[in-house]
Amino acid sequence: MPTYVRTDKCDGCKGQDKTACMYICPHDLMKLDKDGSETGHAMKAFNQEPEQCWECYSCVKICPQQAIEARHYADIVPLGGQVQPLRGSDSIMWTIKFRNGTLKRFKFPIRTTPEGSIDPYGGKPGVKLADITKPGFFTTEYAKGYRAGKPEELIRK
Amino acid sequence: MAGEFGNPEIIQEEVDILMIGGGMANCGAAYEIMRWADAAKAEAGVDLKIKLVDKAAMDRSGAVAQGLSAINTYIGTEQDPADYARMVSNDLMGITRDDLAYDLGRHVDDSVHLFEEWGLPIWKTDENGERHDGAQGLPALKDGGKPVRSGKWQIMINGESYKWIVAEAAKKALGMDRIQERIFIVKLVNDKNDKNRIAGAVGFSTREHKLYVYKAKAILLAAGGCVNIFRPRSVGEGTGRAWYPVWNAGSTYAMAAEAGAELTMMENRFVPARFKDGYGPVGAWFLLFKAQATNAFGEVYMVKNKELLNDYPPYGQAAVPASCLRNHLMLKEMKEGRGPIYMDTVTALAKLRETLSPREVKHLEAEAWEDFLDMCVGQCGIWVGENIEPEKKNSELMPTEPYLLGSHSGCCGIWVSGPEDVGAPTEEAHPEKDKIPAHLPSGWHWGYRGMTTVKGLFTAGDGVGASGHKFSSGSHAEGRIAAKSMVKYCLDNKDLKVELDTPVEQLVEEIYKPVRNYLEFKDYTTAIDVNPNYITPKMLQFRLQKIMDEYVAGVATYYTTNAKMLEVAEEKLTMLKEDAQKMRAKDLHELLRAWENYHRILTAEAHMKHIQFREESRYPGFYYRADKNFVDEENWHCFVNSIYDKTTHQWTVFKRAHVDLVDKSKLFKPAAH
Repeated sequence: MPTYVRTDKCDGCKGQDKTACMYICPHDLMKLDKDGSETGHAMKAFNQEPEQCWECYSCVKICPQQAIEARHYADIVPLGGQVQPLRGSDSIMWTIKFRNGTLKRFKFPIRTTPEGSIDPYGGKPGVKLADITKPGFFTTEYAKGYRAGKPEELIRK
Repeated sequence: MAGEFGNPEIIQEEVDILMIGGGMANCGAAYEIMRWADAAKAEAGVDLKIKLVDKAAMDRSGAVAQGLSAINTYIGTEQDPADYARMVSNDLMGITRDDLAYDLGRHVDDSVHLFEEWGLPIWKTDENGERHDGAQGLPALKDGGKPVRSGKWQIMINGESYKWIVAEAAKKALGMDRIQERIFIVKLVNDKNDKNRIAGAVGFSTREHKLYVYKAKAILLAAGGCVNIFRPRSVGEGTGRAWYPVWNAGSTYAMAAEAGAELTMMENRFVPARFKDGYGPVGAWFLLFKAQATNAFGEVYMVKNKELLNDYPPYGQAAVPASCLRNHLMLKEMKEGRGPIYMDTVTALAKLRETLSPREVKHLEAEAWEDFLDMCVGQCGIWVGENIEPEKKNSELMPTEPYLLGSHSGCCGIWVSGPEDVGAPTEEAHPEKDKIPAHLPSGWHWGYRGMTTVKGLFTAGDGVGASGHKFSSGSHAEGRIAAKSMVKYCLDNKDLKVELDTPVEQLVEEIYKPVRNYLEFKDYTTAIDVNPNYITPKMLQFRLQKIMDEYVAGVATYYTTNAKMLEVAEEKLTMLKEDAQKMRAKDLHELLRAWENYHRILTAEAHMKHIQFREESRYPGFYYRADKNFVDEENWHCFVNSIYDKTTHQWTVFKRAHVDLVDKSKLFKPAAH
């Protein structure tokens, strides 16, 4: 299901140097057609290599205009279905339309903290260089996730 | 000078530590490293210059870009790291490094607890055994909260934003001034005064006309596994719907090989059995919803064909048989004409409904859809297109095209130094040890955890071979382990001055060759893609995929090859590698594809050479050598390792001894009754 960009919604991210979809695509697929010479639609983005699209939906989710949708892989999937998300700050809403018209909606949490709120080292201990070759991380005491293991399991030690 | 196409700006930078890739492993490294770098500054007065480069954007790069519906490695308080090392070993047919798996097992939960603190919702079970999503406010794992297990090692999450969250922590820890996105590193450079030491890396921006030449004392190369070296089952638009991310181009293995690093178990591959065409995950269906897989006539092949497991002792006799053997039992049904294979979702959901309230049934339906929506939306696309509601219609399963990776259920990768405190061998014990090139280390640890056999070159995640089953959380933890080692390495070598063994002008010309090929010859013909002087990266990839599919045990032959077929493949791959020098790039996007495909060719060649060397069929269900169609414990219960010579373009393949550090016989006791 390569993604496609709707001409009626894409605003080329308002003439900025790069669009949100170009920024995010992990496979360098989204491209802004500045002068319309590649698509006939100036200042709108397009998927330049649809057969390399993983359908990861990164561009669909990030587009501020909800201009990007997906049309399922034409060499595999019958036409008519659609899977469209609306990603918020703490949850994502999915609208799922079947070829036969059946509709389903789901909402799932995506995050329990506000975006941008991570304080990576806040409340966490520092380190001493003397510990650098010992097993464990600087968070060993803090995160309580280090599993020391039973010594008798190591049969050659 | 602003660069332009054909005349790029050359930017040279010198750092102490360069991290290549922005996936889970390097996000872990980025998080861990600054604490130790701060200590190095405070205690030793050494101010380390650190840089991370990613060919994409860290928020959505690497294998977790789309999200995940489970964390597949969480040890918990009930299991021992030794249990984990045993599981890894059996799933990979006995040939893994216990030191690496054990070390990962004892570290991995630390990362998972941090993910939860950062905001990743992790499903919980309440005191009545009911499941809740991760936003319900039940106690954190760290404080004794009970995860929802979908299998012995996996826990369920609401993971749409998994990578986004982990990247936020990494970016903040490292600081954006130490990160550069959209830089694709294509080649490592060795040291002029010591060819077994790393000195730098070169690459280019996919956004601006700039080439980058980095000098670095230590490099963490963690750029994923390898996808699309075999002809995929879908060849139109569906080519992109690879099971593993289509942007994993083997860059880790190819660049390490060219730098002289010892590779290990490159014969290993993963052929996941997944929902057909969309490649949606099956784990939750098998383990959480208790569904069974059947042939077209409703027969459960794992029961029907269970005698086949006895052909492969002891690996077939564990409570959970190795993944490849489960494929082996499925393939028998397909080859004998009893397909399609189905996941019986209808029966499974009907059974679960018997004991559930209507509210719980609604929740169950949402869970089933979320499993795909969190990590494989494409599978939902197939379900809606084909009008499949899992409670009403079963879905087909299919083994995919082969993938090469070291973090999932695969163990190919780079040979790295392990931990020193778990009883790993300190010398090489294989009877054929004289055939190991003399400059390579003996034993399983040579100073710095996570370092390859090239001084200063480290790896993690998909890069580390002979382990596997680390998945997202383990890759993060492995990156953190490597980060500590790199700081130590830089402190121990603080006066080291590395020098590039190749002049910058020559490196620039090598990187830029596809552009030069294009500009020189583009006007020779009227059709831009058909030109006797160059080949497009796309056509080169098709050629690679055809060779691998037809001769190196792809889907075309039901994963079967033999010595003669491999000989043909070898000849064809040699010519392909020569022709790779004639790849063209008409823009930066195509330059990216050109180098990705060069990396794919080298990775594919390593895969072929290792299968050729290992004269048995170690992974029935993943590949068969028809001329050596057995598992030969006497001669081949060993690692197969190799090195590549970038000047002669030749591989040297050899054996290393396998040693157990934990008792494997414990695995097989439950199956004895």
